[in-house]
Order: sequence, then C-alpha cells, then structure tokens
Amino acid sequence: MDATQTLKAAFEKQNLSNGKLSEFQNENWKTFSGLGLPALKHEEWRYTRIRNIFKDDMNVDDQSINSSIIEKNTIPGTSTFSTVIFVNGRFQSALSKNAEKDGILEIKALEVAAGDEDAEFVYRNLGHSQRYHADGINALNAAFAAGGAYVKVNEGKHMEQPLIIYHFSDSSNGFRFSQPRILINATSGSSIQVIETYIHIGSGESLTNQVTEICTGKDAVLNYIKLQNEGAQANHTGTTHIRQLEKSLTNAVTITLSGKLVRNNLNMVMEAEHGECHLYGLYLLNGETIADNHTIVDNAMPHCYSNELYKGIMDDKSTGVFNGKIFVRKDAQKTNAYQSNKNILLGANASANTKPQLEIFADDVKCSHGCTIGKLDEDALFYLRARGISEKNAQALLLHAFAIDILDQIKIEPIKAYVDQLISERLSFQI
Amino acid sequence: MLKIENLQARIEEKQILKGINLEIKPGEIHAIMGPNGSGKSTLASVLAGRADYEVTGGTVDFLGKDLLDMSPEDRAKEGLFLAFQYPVEIPGVSTTNFIKTAVNEKRKYQGLEPLDAAQFLKSMKEKMKLVQIDQSLLSRSLNEGFSGGEKKRNEIFQMAMLSPKLAILDETDSGLDIDALRIVANGVNQLHTKENAFLVVTHYQRLLEYIVPDFVHVLYNGRIVKSGTKELALELEEKGYDFIKPDFVEATA
Repeated sequence: MDATQTLKAAFEKQNLSNGKLSEFQNENWKTFSGLGLPALKHEEWRYTRIRNIFKDDMNVDDQSINSSIIEKNTIPGTSTFSTVIFVNGRFQSALSKNAEKDGILEIKALEVAAGDEDAEFVYRNLGHSQRYHADGINALNAAFAAGGAYVKVNEGKHMEQPLIIYHFSDSSNGFRFSQPRILINATSGSSIQVIETYIHIGSGESLTNQVTEICTGKDAVLNYIKLQNEGAQANHTGTTHIRQLEKSLTNAVTITLSGKLVRNNLNMVMEAEHGECHLYGLYLLNGETIADNHTIVDNAMPHCYSNELYKGIMDDKSTGVFNGKIFVRKDAQKTNAYQSNKNILLGANASANTKPQLEIFADDVKCSHGCTIGKLDEDALFYLRARGISEKNAQALLLHAFAIDILDQIKIEPIKAYVDQLISERLSFQI
Repeated sequence: MLKIENLQARIEEKQILKGINLEIKPGEIHAIMGPNGSGKSTLASVLAGRADYEVTGGTVDFLGKDLLDMSPEDRAKEGLFLAFQYPVEIPGVSTTNFIKTAVNEKRKYQGLEPLDAAQFLKSMKEKMKLVQIDQSLLSRSLNEGFSGGEKKRNEIFQMAMLSPKLAILDETDSGLDIDALRIVANGVNQLHTKENAFLVVTHYQRLLEYIVPDFVHVLYNGRIVKSGTKELALELEEKGYDFIKPDFVEATA
C-alpha cells in the first residue's frame, strides 16, 4: 500500500455515521483528497518538505500504552497538575486526569462535546484554523477529528493548577503517524494554563500532525506553552490557532529543542477590541533538525496589542526558519503590533531564514519588526575567557544568557526549571 | 615572573608593537605610560591573549612557561589578570554566577575542590568591602547599566576574587572621578604583596599618585623608549609626551 491508500484505509476504518461531526470529517477527507500534501512550491511550505516524510508503511492504527510510561515521562514537580493524554494521536480519556475541584474544568472526548451542550461552541470553532491554513495537511487532521479532546474552563473560573497535554507517539513497530486534535474553550472571565509536550517512544521515525484550536473568551486569560524535545526521529506539523475575544489576554511560549522536521503554525486572531497577546519562541537546534515557526497575528478590530519575540540558536547542520505575519485590517485602528526575531549561528553549516511580513490597511497604528542573524559576541567571549572560563563554558554562559528572556516568560515554576535544565544540558556547561 | 623579549605584534596589516623588552619580578609594580596610539593597550591585550592581534616576533615567559602558547583562559588560570579598559556588558549573565564559574574553573585547574556556596559567599563579602561594591550590583547582569566607576570597581573586585600573580590594569583610571580612583587604587594597594606584581597601563600620572610604581616605562611608537623610577612619571606630567620624542628620534637615528 502506498501512503495515500494507508491513510484512506485508516479513514474508512473510523466507520463514520451521519452526524454533524462525521459530516465535518467527510468534507475534510474530500478536501485532503483534492489538495494532497503541500508541495515545496507552496509558498507557505518552502522550507518544510512535508511530502517526503510520509511513508508507505505507516502505522496509523490505534494502540494503547502502558501507564508506567506515562508516569516515567511526567515532568518533575507536576504530579498535581491535570493531564490530557494522547496516544498515537487519539485522546485517552481513562488515562487523563482532571485535578481541579468540581465545576472548574471539563475534559472530554471531542466526539462527546460535539453532541452535548457544548455542541454549539464546537461547531463555531472547529476548523476555524482552516481560514488561515486551507491546505491538505490541516484537512487531513480534520478528517480524523473524532479522536480528539475537548477542554473547557467554566465561566469566571480560574484553574488552580496548569494542565499538561502529553502526546505519546509509539514508533516501536516502525513509522508512526499521529493526528491529535484539541479544542479548548476558555470561557469568559476564566483563566487557564496549558502545556503541550511530546514524547517519542521506540527507535522508528514518527510524524505528528496536530491541530489545537482555542478560543480565549471575553476577559479570559490563557497561558499556553508548547514544549518540543522529541528527539531526532520525530517530525511535527502543528497548528495552534487562538481566537481572542474582547479584552482577552494570551501568553504563548513555543520551545523547540529537538526533532527532525518541525513546523509550528501559531495564529492569533484578534477579532475583538482590546485583545492582548504575547508570542515568545526559542529554538535551540543541533544535528540536522529543521524547525520552522510560522506565526500570524491578525488584527481585525481596534485597540489590540501584540508583542512577539522569537530567538534561535542553530548548531551543526540545523536550520531555523521564522516567518512572522502581522495583518492590520482596515478597521483595526490603534493597533500596537511588535515583532522581533534574533538568531545566532554556531555551526558553519547551520542556517537561519527569517521573514517578517506586515500587511497594514489601517492608518493609525504602531507596528515594528526587526530581525538579526549573527554569531556570538567575540568581545564578550574574550572577556569571559580572560577570567579563566573555558571557551566551551564561556559559550554556554552566553547562549544561556541569550535564551533567558524567553525562558523567563515561562511562568510555571516546574516547567521553567525543567526547560532550563534541558537547555543547560544541551549547552553542556561544566565545571 | 614575566619576561618579555623583543615582542612584536600587529593588527591586520598595521605593526603596533615593534620590539618590547620588559622584565617584572614578584612584588614589583611597573607602570607603562605613553601617548595615545603608542601601543599600551595592544601590549595589555597581547599579554591577555586577544585573538585580534597577531604576534609576529619575540617571546614572553610567564613563571617559566611560554605565555604566547597558551589560550586566554589558561593564562588566567596560571595567574594572569587583565583589568579591561572597557569592561564588556553581558546581559543575562549575573556577576555572581560569572565570578563563581571563573573561581571554580581556576580551582579545578589547580587541583582544588570547588568552593561551596557558603565559602564562596564569605570570600565574596570580604572582597566586596575592598572596593566598596554593593551586593545588589553583583546580582545584576554583568556590567549591564553599570556606571563607568562601577565597571572599574567590578574589575578590581574580580581581580580580588581571582587573586592573580600578575595583574595588568589597562587604563583603569580612564573615566573615573577622584573618589572612584581612590577606591580602585586602595583596592589594588591592599591586594599588593611580595609575591604578586602589577603592570599599570596609564596615560596620566594621576593614578600613580595612589598606586606608587617601582618602575616607569615610556612606550612610544611600539617601543619602550625610556625607563626610570616614579620620578619619570612626574617629569612626563610636567613636560608632556613631547619631551620624549627627541630621545626617540636619537635612539632610532
């Protein structure tokens, strides 16, 4: 079987009924069949050769996982947090945990939410990201939406503890293809902290094709962290799509430490007045990793604020890509939108591509962007070495210092400590 | 301790040091004076191992080892210290963390155990008094937003923490007001022992009123054209650098 046949077999195996969700999936399967996978000539996919990843003999079937593996991979200091567990792209209700007091947080299958009192929200938001990504890869995920998860924080409620979404991909039996889908409803006046992280099991290759759609309601606060450290065999194409309603606030931090080919789309849809968002990213790459961050901040209404800072460190033969789009629509007067991307190249064969794209149709706005690609500051290196600090440690100190303003944006202490440790290990600072 | 013979160095195509000879023994304080562009800072940088400069001739022996053959970090670990004319600002690295790394790397090189947190703190508190530097300054990013005087005091503080055998002060007096100058000089004098030595590079005689040198050398156009005792510095102050020029012309004629 070739890759398309494998996917078709998996799609048909779902035995879709006639419900509204099935309709959504069927439509998207048709879209995918028509569009296929994005080719390199597609402007949005210039650096991400997604087509080559798909293998004829992919594992797309469901498979459960030993709960001890979940325990083993729990981030230290987070045992009291709520969790959502995905295994090979399918939501595992029984393995997930709601640690909040009654009436605050709901975690259920997307399929369930699509048929209960949350159905109205589901159909208003499911597939909203396709307005920005009308491509085959997004449609392919949508065709398998029934296996997704739905998370809701009730009106005016504040979660006591963060929620961690663990994505396990098992490649023990060969190439693994997973398609997690999540819909998060941060209702008006609520606050939620979400961490998404990925764990690769087995020695085979994997591809996770994910779509997370979030609606940050009126006056709601969302803290979102995406942490990627899956190892050199893991490919990832993911879209995090965030709609922001009136006076809502989002802080998003994307950390990419390893992977084979990683593509992150992050969309901020500022569709109501006085929305505020902060987008931070750090990609610390080595080997032959390609990490491609595409961000969109779409300002449709007046008085919104966005600030974006992405930093990259590329060693060996790795490649970092940053593409930051800012739209300011005609009605979006008094928009403040800032963007900055800074890169350090360590390896002689490492590369960085950076592309700011500002499209401004309003006349009373403040927008700025800037990008740099450079090497470590020689004067600073010499200063540290002149105090007896080895070249390797001096470099590690400076790189850590470069990364720290992103690290400092992680406001959840155990997560910050964990990421800091991963970064320090990578920089192999030693005395 | 330090023996420089016929040292020559250039940056890009420009020859700056044209044959320096200088010997420094333990316990001595030497001053190098000279007009702008004479090569004073180049000499300091070459001794510390800055890669921008290419050594084109000569030798430097430091405590029986070939200094020019060592990396900047090994020179420091062997006991050489350069107080920078322009200390670098490094956002994101706290002074405390930086100095702890430096101290412990040096201890490791010497085969000593790293200092634990309490020992390190004790040592830091002692040395902070020496240059009247505040704890809050040290928990900030290295030199970031420090005033000129704070940067120079931080240099002397680092020197105190690392207790070098030979310290080179590269125009440490530049940009300092008289109070800061006194504090810096006082720090240096307290650290001065029979075992260590100082090479004070300066444009003005002012600093030498507080750090009294045993020897003064005048650098001009890449060579030491005159050496003497501290009185030479006073003479330079009085007559200006022009007075050495006829000597130099004679010497090269």
